[in-house]
Amino acid sequence: MTNTATEAPTEPSGPAPVKSPRRMRVDLRQYGILAALAIIILLFEVLTNGRLLMPGNINNLIQQNSYVLILAIGMVIVIIAGHIDLSVGSVVALVGAVAALAMNSWGLPWWAAVLLALVVGAVIGAWQGFWVAFVGIPAFIVTLAGMLIFRGLTLVLLTGGTISGLPDEFTAIGAGWLPPFLGEALDGRDTLTLVLGVLASAAFIVQQVRTRATLRKLELPREPAVSAIIKSAILVIAVMALAWQLSAYSGTPIILIILAVLILLYTFVLNRTVFGRHVYAMGGNLFAAQMSGVKTQWVNFFIFVNMGVLAALAGVVATARAGSAVASAGQSYELDAIAAVFIGGAAVQGGVGTVVGAVIGGLVMGVLNMGLSILSVDAAWQQAIKGMVLLLAVAFDIINKRRSGR
Amino acid sequence: MSNAILWMRDITKDFNGVKALDGVSIVVERGEVHAICGENGAGKSTLMKVLSGVYPHGSYGGSIEFEGHPTAYKTINDSEHDGIVIIHQELALSPYLSIAENIFLGNENASRGIIDWNKTNREAAVLLARVGLNENPATPVLELGVGKQQLVEIAKALSKRVKLLILDEPTAALNDDDSEHLLTLINHLREQGITCIIISHKLKEIRKIADTVTIIRDGKTIESFSMKEADATESRIIRSMVGRPLDNQFPPRTPNIGEEYFRVENWTAYHPVDTERKVVDDASFTVKAGEIVGFAGLMGAGRTELAMSIFGRSYGTNISGRVFKGGKEIQTRTVSEAIQNGLAYATEDRKKFGLNLIGDISENISAAALNKLAKGGVVDRNQENKVADGYRASMNIKAPSVSSIVGKLSGGNQQKVVLSKWMFTGPDVLILDEPTRGIDVGAKYEIYGIINQLASEGKAVIVISSELPELIGLSDRIYTISEGRITGEVVREDATQETLMHYMTAGRD
Repeated sequence: MTNTATEAPTEPSGPAPVKSPRRMRVDLRQYGILAALAIIILLFEVLTNGRLLMPGNINNLIQQNSYVLILAIGMVIVIIAGHIDLSVGSVVALVGAVAALAMNSWGLPWWAAVLLALVVGAVIGAWQGFWVAFVGIPAFIVTLAGMLIFRGLTLVLLTGGTISGLPDEFTAIGAGWLPPFLGEALDGRDTLTLVLGVLASAAFIVQQVRTRATLRKLELPREPAVSAIIKSAILVIAVMALAWQLSAYSGTPIILIILAVLILLYTFVLNRTVFGRHVYAMGGNLFAAQMSGVKTQWVNFFIFVNMGVLAALAGVVATARAGSAVASAGQSYELDAIAAVFIGGAAVQGGVGTVVGAVIGGLVMGVLNMGLSILSVDAAWQQAIKGMVLLLAVAFDIINKRRSGR
Repeated sequence: MSNAILWMRDITKDFNGVKALDGVSIVVERGEVHAICGENGAGKSTLMKVLSGVYPHGSYGGSIEFEGHPTAYKTINDSEHDGIVIIHQELALSPYLSIAENIFLGNENASRGIIDWNKTNREAAVLLARVGLNENPATPVLELGVGKQQLVEIAKALSKRVKLLILDEPTAALNDDDSEHLLTLINHLREQGITCIIISHKLKEIRKIADTVTIIRDGKTIESFSMKEADATESRIIRSMVGRPLDNQFPPRTPNIGEEYFRVENWTAYHPVDTERKVVDDASFTVKAGEIVGFAGLMGAGRTELAMSIFGRSYGTNISGRVFKGGKEIQTRTVSEAIQNGLAYATEDRKKFGLNLIGDISENISAAALNKLAKGGVVDRNQENKVADGYRASMNIKAPSVSSIVGKLSGGNQQKVVLSKWMFTGPDVLILDEPTRGIDVGAKYEIYGIINQLASEGKAVIVISSELPELIGLSDRIYTISEGRITGEVVREDATQETLMHYMTAGRD
């Protein structure tokens, strides 16, 4: 024990340390959940005699689950910060009603209706964020109230009826595909989809290589080359298989592009930005964050504004896919989103969670739904099975953590 | 040796291959107060967890004999059944339940599930009298201070017919009065035949109360001796604890004090709930560049309240007063404003207010100055790791890497992370609140070195501490606080514990 090592290091020197902030830690959990997803897919692929991964079903899997995935991306941020949002299902319904009314009754073009919907979502988020952040009411209460308020307002707006006959451009957001303007190739497959698959794979490989180059330059330790290559190979194969199957159906769903952008964007926001860091810091220790100068009230406020906007986007997508707005839309979506986040490895106490984990969690639920439906399992049983999966996933996670010595 | 109540022989315990205990042996005589000393991480707490069954029989090596019988505890309940009760440093009381309810929690006076409240409260009153706590048994625990809560814990132990009472750092969070009371109580329990094991960093206490001392270092018993021996001195204990002589508890320093740099005028703050009550009352003080200024005061005197109300108005309401830095008035209305104006405040309770315990070292170090590492709101993680690793090296933070989780570090290393965090904000004025609380002797010495270094860089350093020898050893000048008012100002040469205590207890006339 030598002492008085006290120089304030403005210019730190020496080789920098091993480091993969939050990644390594969460990665193990995420690989676990990823393995679970793979096993569930394989299981149903066998049980359904290969029907699960047929082009049409993959397409439906993406389009049917897109709104829950969008909600899960917002929800994971809310949950990392130590809150919860029970209102998103009602927000989906309200925003869908507003968008449908805007197009059918107020004569707005489809893009203006979408913009209006997002603004409404932001206002709703600001409303809830105000009560949580500045008045200090627990989010559970604020959003439980919101769940009732926004569902009620939806009923008022729709007066119990349904608004249908929405423009094609609008419904394409949820149920449409990118136009096949590159024509067809290889037995009538959509060329654009295949090209996008190749581009995505290439982008991933380039990104991996560049990251490794940076780490080498900074003399930071790198993942072993073998495991990096295996990881990349698996991902490329998965992406290409997805593109291959989708190209044989109707091409690339528009919502897939939107989802990909959201996943990349929010992973970046949580991992790399000051805002993301503040979210994790507040979830880990709110007091310590406050005493470190984090403007916790504003961070909380923006978390809810963000959730509102994403809930609105989910509302637009859900309405577009349904082709109509009904007052019962979005029922229990909040629970699906919350379940996805927890299956994806987030901690109930806050401070832990990732966007990718939440998305994988959402896919686990989606594959279960689809597989069970193909097997014609009764809807009542489907719900019970989903509940068990949520319970087991979190139990597995907790037991795992305990075994690894907290 | 025939009258031993407890024999622990060659205890070994490892966690995933890392040896926490490596053949520790300890013999405790019936009716004695036996102190266990060792630096943080030496294995004291692990040893007590082995004894009390937190680590079940079979998960450790060696043998334990209690009252002549070998033990095989699977849970804490088993050891409590035999009369071994452990009171942890972090008290485990339920705040909204009454004193009586807490005493009998898990051990209720009930028949067929129905609680006999009269009996409960009556017996609680008897137990409270035994520990010298003059409170109504129906009082909710949250209305008690830490010192009194400690007594409730002991009453709870007594209710379980304790034979061997283990106290883990019992006075760490107590002020001098409460500590004194607790030590008297331990003496008293000894007279009643209760054996005590006390884990403590405070050597003066050990000298005052212990009959025997066992020193553990790196998971091994170093030595065990009676305090009645002629050479049973504090320096012998320290030598055994750290494995090297520690002639001077404070690193040498030649003060290089400049002009007045930081000044607070007429600072007043009211209690956040009881808004009529002044917690800081017209306090004015100055700190020069390169000077270390101590703040002494008993618990509740308003030291932390003064610091927190200045630092971003983090405490209190209706705050008034002026703050000057380098001759210019500065505003400190929010924490971020205070940081921008060059203030740093390392909080008293580092686990609750100072650190994100589930975060890693680099996240914690960058937390208060993330903007320095960010462009357009995007954090440069490579730079962040380099900065953190620089501090890891220069502050001697003992961890495998900067991605180690802070919650798993020892208290001393956690405190170094807190100090690194504030040093990285580039402050001119540092307020360090209890910077060495719960830290072992070796790490304390290092923290003192860091404080000296900060002063020698020309920063104005304020140290708040409950340990008067520490303040006297460290500070160039000491202010005393009592009942929210600054009651005295003593320069280093005149500072003795007696003078300081005199001012610290100066009441309102």
